[in-house]
Amino acid sequence: MSRGFTSQMARNIFYGGTLFFVLLFAALIFNTEQRIPQRSNAAALTPAVVRGKHIWEANNCIGCHTILGEGAYFAPELGNVYTRRGPEFIKAWIKAQPTGAPGRRQMPNFHLNDQQLDDLVEFLKWTNGINTEKWPPNVEG
Amino acid sequence: MKPTTLKYKSQAVAKLYFIGALALFVGQIVFGITLGLQYLIGDLMFPAIPFNIARMVHTNLLIVWLLMGFMGSAYYLVPEEAETELFSPLLAKILFWVFLSAGALTILGYLLVPYATLAEMTGNNLLATMGREFLEQPLPTKAGIVIVALAFLFNISMTVLKGRKTAITLVLLMGLWGLALMFLFSFVNPDNLVRDKMYWWFVVHLWVEGTWELILGALLAFVLIKTTGVDREVIDKWLYLIITMALVTGILGTGHHFFFIGLPGYWQWVGSVFSALEPVPFFMMTLFAFNMVQRRKREHPNQAAVLWAVGCAVMGFLGAGLWGFIHTLSPVNYYTHGSQITAAHGHLAFYGAYVLVVIAMISYAMPILRGREANPRRAQSVEMWSFWIMTIGMGVMVLALTGAGILQIWLQRMPTEGAMGFMATQDQLRFFYWVRLAGGVSFLIGLLTYLSSFFIGPGRAEDELPAGALPRTA
Repeated sequence: MSRGFTSQMARNIFYGGTLFFVLLFAALIFNTEQRIPQRSNAAALTPAVVRGKHIWEANNCIGCHTILGEGAYFAPELGNVYTRRGPEFIKAWIKAQPTGAPGRRQMPNFHLNDQQLDDLVEFLKWTNGINTEKWPPNVEG
Repeated sequence: MKPTTLKYKSQAVAKLYFIGALALFVGQIVFGITLGLQYLIGDLMFPAIPFNIARMVHTNLLIVWLLMGFMGSAYYLVPEEAETELFSPLLAKILFWVFLSAGALTILGYLLVPYATLAEMTGNNLLATMGREFLEQPLPTKAGIVIVALAFLFNISMTVLKGRKTAITLVLLMGLWGLALMFLFSFVNPDNLVRDKMYWWFVVHLWVEGTWELILGALLAFVLIKTTGVDREVIDKWLYLIITMALVTGILGTGHHFFFIGLPGYWQWVGSVFSALEPVPFFMMTLFAFNMVQRRKREHPNQAAVLWAVGCAVMGFLGAGLWGFIHTLSPVNYYTHGSQITAAHGHLAFYGAYVLVVIAMISYAMPILRGREANPRRAQSVEMWSFWIMTIGMGVMVLALTGAGILQIWLQRMPTEGAMGFMATQDQLRFFYWVRLAGGVSFLIGLLTYLSSFFIGPGRAEDELPAGALPRTA
């Protein structure tokens, strides 16, 4: 550290630098906000999708699965499960849990009714259509 | 050992927070080992404690005990820096019990009630905030966190306002206020998943790669000033430059989470460039710690605290800096996103940066809170052993998870045709998961060793040694 460079100068660099990058970040977020509807196909975001998202949250699905790569890494990625498995498989699978296979990872049975299963599938179908820059690399997620 | 008294008697409230934090830390690790076992024995504890519940307890305990550690550190540090008694020690004590009971109730809620029932009971239908990673807390707990945080910040800010204002307290206050402010985004949960995820990162990323780094810098600077006696002017300059780099890189570095969650493609450039620079502040922290220790003007009798502080700077750089960098560029992250590589980075970063800085503070402050400048030599020696056992245990875990991640990517992500499915891949990773478990058990042994050091008295004839005469064993 050169002589003449005081801690007040360092502090001012901190304030200036932080303010600049906070403003730049805010501007980028503002622009991103404008583009989310088109990138996520918000027109297809029906009440059923919203109900499905709440079922997803109320059962803490993210505590085992990932969705768009975020969550726990204990169970498969579900952002693209609609493509990988299709709606009927998803519903049958959820209803069949737990498998009870000894030593295997178990998924609880959440006792969802038909309406809730349909809503959850609608949510996964809509999520499957989000523009994720071609992620994941292949269908296995 | 020379008896020492606290400079300000209200600093004593910190002790409560430190003990609470360490107790919750043990709980976190016990649940962590349960999770490690569930990776290998899938139906372990099922259906009593499924993986998602155990994981929620593990991560929530981590957050709560670190916050408790930050609060305790602030209660210890701020009166000494501001040269005045705490504004209200009573408020600090009340808040501790409120925070601890709210935390305990929440954990019991996770363990005893099905999560969906818990959500319904606690008003998640009125304002849905639950079921998002790390922010799983029921609405009343989230509201409680805000109230406790505001009352805590009021107490700390009033203390600073009536006393001396140093760079360390200003940076600490900015970090703590920023932490509370960003937590408000946990109440933002838009129906659109893409938007939900974007604002979720405002809490998660701008905590650990933003505001928390200010707290980290301030606590590290405090421990280094106290143990090395280096001039404040020098330490202040370092501190400001480190946190400047932390925020200059960290704020736009948020973009490294925006690559594949539905946000515009330009984030791949912004996120890659700025997050590639995120190791810089951590590297500066390492230089800072070594530099200060080399230029020390005294031999502080508490050499264990120095080891934790230097260890924090080094492991923080490895975990947050290096292990972050290896998967932060978007073409790499395309394959590593959401794999065991992420888990490896998460563990080492939290341990290196935040666990170690809180222990460094506890290690420095606790002997003084117990009426002596430093612990007896034997106790310090056990403490130093515990540092190495925990750090090596964590190192084994992280290398195992990195190995698991590389193999996972190779089998499941890289092939364009005939890639292996998720569960089939997991079966191939069992060797690495066993090694990870061994690392985790070693970590627990290290933690118990650390706790045992609190109960070790002076050896024979050690009482006659002057406080400054400890041989340097670090």
